[in-house]
Amino acid sequence: MTLLVEQPTVPARTPPVHGQGPSGLVKWLTSTDHKVIGTSYMVTSLAMFVIGGIMALLMRTQLLSPSGGVLSLHQYNEMFTMHGSIMLLLFAGPFASGFLGNYFVPLQIGAPDMAFPRLNALSYWMYLGGSIVMLSGFLVAGGAADFGWVAYAPLSNATNSPGAGPDLWIVALILTGFSTVFTAVNIITTVFYLRAPGMTMFRLPIFTWNMVVTALLSLIAFPVLTAALVMLYCDRHFGTHIFEVQGGGVPVLWQHLFWFFGHPEVYILALPFFGVVTEIIPVFSRKPLFGYIGMVFATIAIAALSTGVWAHHMFTTGVVLLPFFSFMSYLIAVPTGIKFFNWIGSMWGGSISFKTPMLYCVGFLVTFLIGGLSGVMLASPPVDFAVHDTYFVIAHFHMVIMALVMAGIGGIYYWYPKMTGRLMRESIGKVSFVFFLVGAWTTFMPQFVLGLRGMPRREAIYSPTMGWTFLNRVSTVGSYLIAISVLLLVVNLWISWRYPIPSGDNPWDGHTLEWWTSSPPPPHNFTSLPRIRSQRPTWDANHADLAAAGIITTGVLGPSGIVGHGNNGNNGGHDPARSGSRTGLTGHQASSATGEGGSSNSLTTGTASLTEPSQSMSKGGMDPLSNRDLTGGESGGRPSDSYRRTSFNDGQPGLGGERT
Amino acid sequence: MSAASEVPVYHRRKNRGSTDHRPIKSPFLERVVRSVLRFLLIGAAAVLLSSCRLPYLGMYRGATTQGHDTFKLWTGSLLAAMLVGIIVLSLVLWSVFRFRKRSEELPRQFRYNIPIEIIYTAVPVIIVCLLFYFTVNTENEVDAVKSDPGVALKVTAFQWGWRFHYSGTDVTVLDTATDWPNSYPPAVLPVNETIGITLVSADVVHGFYLRQIDFSRYAQPGVVNRFDLNFRREGVYHGQCTDFCGLYHSEMLFRFKVVSKSAFAAWLAAQERLQRSTNGQYVAAHSSSGAGGSLSEVAARRGR
Repeated sequence: MTLLVEQPTVPARTPPVHGQGPSGLVKWLTSTDHKVIGTSYMVTSLAMFVIGGIMALLMRTQLLSPSGGVLSLHQYNEMFTMHGSIMLLLFAGPFASGFLGNYFVPLQIGAPDMAFPRLNALSYWMYLGGSIVMLSGFLVAGGAADFGWVAYAPLSNATNSPGAGPDLWIVALILTGFSTVFTAVNIITTVFYLRAPGMTMFRLPIFTWNMVVTALLSLIAFPVLTAALVMLYCDRHFGTHIFEVQGGGVPVLWQHLFWFFGHPEVYILALPFFGVVTEIIPVFSRKPLFGYIGMVFATIAIAALSTGVWAHHMFTTGVVLLPFFSFMSYLIAVPTGIKFFNWIGSMWGGSISFKTPMLYCVGFLVTFLIGGLSGVMLASPPVDFAVHDTYFVIAHFHMVIMALVMAGIGGIYYWYPKMTGRLMRESIGKVSFVFFLVGAWTTFMPQFVLGLRGMPRREAIYSPTMGWTFLNRVSTVGSYLIAISVLLLVVNLWISWRYPIPSGDNPWDGHTLEWWTSSPPPPHNFTSLPRIRSQRPTWDANHADLAAAGIITTGVLGPSGIVGHGNNGNNGGHDPARSGSRTGLTGHQASSATGEGGSSNSLTTGTASLTEPSQSMSKGGMDPLSNRDLTGGESGGRPSDSYRRTSFNDGQPGLGGERT
Repeated sequence: MSAASEVPVYHRRKNRGSTDHRPIKSPFLERVVRSVLRFLLIGAAAVLLSSCRLPYLGMYRGATTQGHDTFKLWTGSLLAAMLVGIIVLSLVLWSVFRFRKRSEELPRQFRYNIPIEIIYTAVPVIIVCLLFYFTVNTENEVDAVKSDPGVALKVTAFQWGWRFHYSGTDVTVLDTATDWPNSYPPAVLPVNETIGITLVSADVVHGFYLRQIDFSRYAQPGVVNRFDLNFRREGVYHGQCTDFCGLYHSEMLFRFKVVSKSAFAAWLAAQERLQRSTNGQYVAAHSSSGAGGSLSEVAARRGR
């Protein structure tokens, strides 16, 4: 710290002047702001969710009666292929990484934007392009791809699936695959290089941790898929025989390559939503996260194990080493269990207020429990032999994904006030939650039984004598309930936007940095930052009175100093001075304050506060305005330098402390 | 399935709910929670009732010795999963109801509890190791292959049907999608005898699956799969392709008819006689469609 105090002051530099910039459509087309791109991702991926959902409804309606009648066999095959591809690769992945990761990772680590803003924009446009390419399959002769989203060779070759639809599917996946890789590179770089002063890796909000691990996993998985798709394309058009028996190829190789991508992909979808739940539960329980370190290592363990379990999708091929993949798959239950108990631990002894985000998280917990436990059962090869490719598996992964979607909707309710400055309607939210929970369980619990009764997946029609009709009808009714819930969500988003209820900057008494800045955040996110001495800097600052009195100890490495005046963040929005201090800034002020975060001046204050919190409070003063300026300072400094220096050194003081 | 029997359950729930007059603290939340619970109970009851005649929530007991081993493993893992599930669910629900917000006072801000964390890391490891132990045992039973099976059956899956060839004879049974939804000509097999199946595919990946034996295996181009089945009792077993294989995947059914050893020998002899009398042209197939029909016939007749 002494080094920091003694470092020479860099002379002030005139910050670049930002104008208002374009607005309206031009803004959306040209922006490199991570928030604008994140919002674009949200809108596009939710549109994909609706499209994929309509396909699901058509399929469920088809299955109301054993003989179908809604769709032809070919249409049904197109529907489940596109439903799977859209939901996994155009909705869930982009929603998690593109929207949630893109929008909130920079905010949570106190960064002004992503590390590569233009790459970020490129990712989005490639994703949008890929989505359009995939959907355009429906317009070509022969229709869209109809070989299932797993596209097993040789069903996906030119002989068995001719036409342009499958080609468009391949190209769309390559495009969105690159988009995902770019986003992953961006997130990793952002988190490793743009963290605010004091934001050490073990003070990262857990959502950001999950996004980092997800991004690493994307870098491992997606190139393999892209390579496999290029090989498939060559097989289809350039006469190679990579996946053809004729000519010496190996069809099973496709399954290996696909699932080497496909299983990590499951966690690429799941981890961000685990992160969302891990953010929401402690905030609404008004407690810190229980078992932070365990959570981080559980996340890393899940990611590491997920790269070694792909062949559990191939138990019934008869060509994989069953015990190895079985044991690895079983092992994933351990870190997942740790996460689950940490979520319970975070609620335990808390003071839980059941706002809509929290309700969705509880829905996530109970639903994910079923999905997860059935997954553990499926890790056993003999059990998998019995239920493989039946509705049991469908029910298993849909229960997991329904849980993730609940977490995602919870995330929307949680962060919508931050994005818009408006609260979402609680009443509609709660009703839609009931519909979603009941709908998800009604849809997918009967499918477990259907699977055990032997109904194979991907069947457009089934025999009426098999005894599957009643359960299919229950399931279909459930899917309509989900549709109602999603409709209510859309209505809520619109009403809450059109008839705003001001939320203030911090409606939930949030823990992490995004709740420090204004709602919606200014162009470069922060005009000031609080002292970061734990995993919940915003909460520390808003409850400094308690921290100073020694009632509350927080921070991963021990009791730490907290700067800032307890200004009751939980009734934010009602204090004009407070919100004014952060919203009323021009782009000029915003960028200068952000860029200079952590000048030597403010750090001196910070050092003192470590030993004497009360003193720092007096320095912070009672005036919220001056309090905000702690890290902003008046002196200049090259943004990148001050970031790097301070974030590197600032983690040191706490190291001597003990964990509490 | 049993739509009639679930009606009384619904009424019982309704009555019980209406006579309950406990004080309500948070009316809206309480109402939401209660309606959720009620819906869940009704849904669960419907599902349970629909499968109440079925042992173990619908799982077949496994008509082969191999399948029965699988069934026992399934039962064990289901019970283990339910036990864990009930414990965890109670913890979740307990936290949700017990630790509702009651005042503005902040709760204790604890973050770690190392002993508990160690316990809930170690216990799952033990559970997983136990499950793995039983899995490997069962897996070895299920995958064991005899070098000299009583009946050697070569199964060829194709788009869209099955060809069953009795090795060492001229007998072939053919099931194609044309038969849907009528009965398929069954491949007849003996009871209490090791049936060694060699599974291949003529074109794309198919899934050989009989629901009553709790077993499936992919038929893949370029891979020859061998497995044994020992049927424990006589009967008719319904098989189906489980791995999506194209347009008529839904209609790719087949049947196994398991009979006594003597009846099987008689059937096989009769089939061989038929083969000889037709100079090897006869293929057992559905009576109405004669010799089963080629794929082009299938396509022409379906017209879909």
